[in-house]
Amino acid sequence: MDYESDLNLKATELRLGLPGRDEPENQWPPILKNNKRVSAESSESSTTKSNSIVSNAETCHRDSAPPAKVKVVGWPPIRSYRKNNISQKKLDAEAGGMYVKVSLDGAPYLRKIDLKVCKSYQNLLKALEDLFKLAIGEYSEKEGYKESDYAPTYQDKDGDWMLVGDVPWDMFTSSCKKLRIMKRSEARGLGCF
Amino acid sequence: MTHYRSEMSEDDDDRSPPLDLRCAAITTVESSPSTSSSTANKTRNCTSGSGPAEFQVAYPDQVLENVLENVLCFLTSRRDRSAASLVCRSWFRAEAYTRSELVIGNCYAVSPGRATDRYKRVKSVVLKGKPRFADFNLMPPNWGAHFAPWVLAMAKAYPGLEKVCLKRMSVTDDDLALLAGSFPGFKELVLVCCDGFGTSGLAVVASKCRTLRVLDLIESEVTDDEVDWISYFPEGESSLESLIFDCVECPINFDALEGLVARSPLLKKLRLNRHVSIGQLHRLMVRAPRLTHLGTGSFSPSDVVAQNDQEPDYVSAFTAAKALVCLSGFREIIPDYLPAIYPVCANLTSLNFSYANINAEQLKPIISRCHKLQNFWVLDSICDEGLQAVATTCKELRELRVFPINAREDTEGPVSEVGLQAISEGCRKLQSILYFCQRMTNAAVIAMSKNCPDLLVFRLCIMGRHRPDHVTDQPMDEGFGAIVMNCKKLTRLAISGLLTDRAFSYIGQYGKLVRTLSVAFAGDSDMGLRYVLEGCPRLQKLEIRDSPFGDVALCSGLHHYYNMRFLWMSSCRLTRQGCEEIARAMPRMVVEVIRSEDEEEMDDNVGILYMYRSLEGARDDVPRFVTIL
Repeated sequence: MDYESDLNLKATELRLGLPGRDEPENQWPPILKNNKRVSAESSESSTTKSNSIVSNAETCHRDSAPPAKVKVVGWPPIRSYRKNNISQKKLDAEAGGMYVKVSLDGAPYLRKIDLKVCKSYQNLLKALEDLFKLAIGEYSEKEGYKESDYAPTYQDKDGDWMLVGDVPWDMFTSSCKKLRIMKRSEARGLGCF
Repeated sequence: MTHYRSEMSEDDDDRSPPLDLRCAAITTVESSPSTSSSTANKTRNCTSGSGPAEFQVAYPDQVLENVLENVLCFLTSRRDRSAASLVCRSWFRAEAYTRSELVIGNCYAVSPGRATDRYKRVKSVVLKGKPRFADFNLMPPNWGAHFAPWVLAMAKAYPGLEKVCLKRMSVTDDDLALLAGSFPGFKELVLVCCDGFGTSGLAVVASKCRTLRVLDLIESEVTDDEVDWISYFPEGESSLESLIFDCVECPINFDALEGLVARSPLLKKLRLNRHVSIGQLHRLMVRAPRLTHLGTGSFSPSDVVAQNDQEPDYVSAFTAAKALVCLSGFREIIPDYLPAIYPVCANLTSLNFSYANINAEQLKPIISRCHKLQNFWVLDSICDEGLQAVATTCKELRELRVFPINAREDTEGPVSEVGLQAISEGCRKLQSILYFCQRMTNAAVIAMSKNCPDLLVFRLCIMGRHRPDHVTDQPMDEGFGAIVMNCKKLTRLAISGLLTDRAFSYIGQYGKLVRTLSVAFAGDSDMGLRYVLEGCPRLQKLEIRDSPFGDVALCSGLHHYYNMRFLWMSSCRLTRQGCEEIARAMPRMVVEVIRSEDEEEMDDNVGILYMYRSLEGARDDVPRFVTIL
């Protein structure tokens, strides 16, 4: 794990002290080791928006100003419940995610799904199938979800219930408020059945 | 005394001896038919108080055993009980029949089957699951600690079960439904830092547990299934004594809640969630003037308030609350309402402002009235000045926790060594402190070590990693060294800041009573960990992250690991081979290597090592991101 030779990372190493201060020789560079774990979801005062450590380090080196506020996972050790509930900062509990509630007709419990993680209709349908252990099948413009007893629908910003798959994915994620997997018999009139 | 430090506390008096692996042998031998059938015939009702009313004197040994049982049921200390059970087989059996509270510090150390086989008449179970570092998202979700196998086993074995406390367990709605349906005399459910269930599960518990006295949900994640669980409590007088749901993030049916409070004459503890407005709080306080513990909910008015509505008289509601000793909540506080609590301050022993963004000026009039305060949790928004005010008045303070309002690394912060020094000078009886700050000095920590000799728990989190003493630029070794040297009763320590191996040598040399140690971003070499493993005989729980300790250091603890509850090491310098060596050398340790969810295969470097002693060997519910060596 010898980084020293190629990138001269000592010079660009992120530290939280005044520049020019001497550090013990064999200091552990945790940020570089854990590059999988560092998330760039810094708070509003972050000086960089990039996801990459090296570019953060470069920014730091260039500015030689206050160190970039790259967050390390689980540090400081505060439970996320507490972090999210301090009255001044009402951060969305799932910052960065796009969680919507999903109900299935006849099932006793609601679930939640992160649309951001899905990235496409295909993934979304697969995720719903896994979540509720049922088959939804494929969407077709003319015939909706004809292979299945179920039809996934969503409620949009205007409160209308629409069939999932009608609109381009990005438009869907920006307007979807809730999902409901209806029995196909009830979904008539929503799509082209 | 306080609601945070019951048996669920990390700092509890955990004095059970190391898991005696001979018990495994005893349990398996313990099935001779003659013994079990004859003992089954005898009355074993210790709680009746009278001696054995009727028994067959078939074997003289049984007389002795019966007498023994009647003595042993008075033995409550777990440590004493475990010792008693080792005397001989007869004592083992007697102890097993009379133990009514089962405390299992690691749900994977023993299987539900083994526990229910040995202990036949259990009324109360305490179970702990996930390691603490899981709270900070250091490992993927769904690691394990499922309540399901336990509730299944207990449903069959303990029909008389009355009390269940779970900490960091995964509990599903189905588990709660099974619990609610299996124990007719069920009285207390306490869920601390649990997840996996929702309001549906709560509804089943509320409706089916007819003798429920305690329903405490503490820092747990509760899914909003849009079920109005509060309405499920049955009509008629309720036996509820404690209802804590401040962590439940869903709106609550207030009318149902008010009705429930009105018909719960024994209610002493009520902690509301942030969906209860201050106006609603007032109505509840009027219904329950005898509360001892109150969580105020939002402590601000609801959004929908008619213009001409008269504000209720909050001061008189608090004046009437003469029994109130423990106050928390303030989830969305409007500081203008704070003066309402003046009437109770003089009686308060516990005050939790850790969700209240208030400054020093707003704190002072409150804290200056709190002469009896022993527990204080607060945000660093009060600054050093606020802490000075605490130090001036709260001479009885035992526990202080200062949480950061901005949980990130920075050069400046609202609290510093100034606040710590002030507390050390004013609160000489301090036993437990958790202090988050951006900068600190050795001098202040040394001062605390000398001023507060009764310290049991010292947890200092300097949020800037590798931060030295900001005045001298030296590592924080001397400060923490002074703590272990001078605080001779210290059992729990969390270290931070710039730390060399020297700090660890101090801990190994002086920290003879330390049971729990948390290390992050500290140390120079393997020697650091070795000092601790070789020097601290009482060490039970060791959690380390991002520190340069490798396989050699890991091996230096072989002599001690069976005495520990667990070892956690993440982002250190361990390799698979090193961990495999440990696994080979210690057959009764479960050595888990945990990787992040997107990592396909385990490579040579170990992301997370989590290892614990167990009678059962590898668990059978391992998710795909865990490998047991």
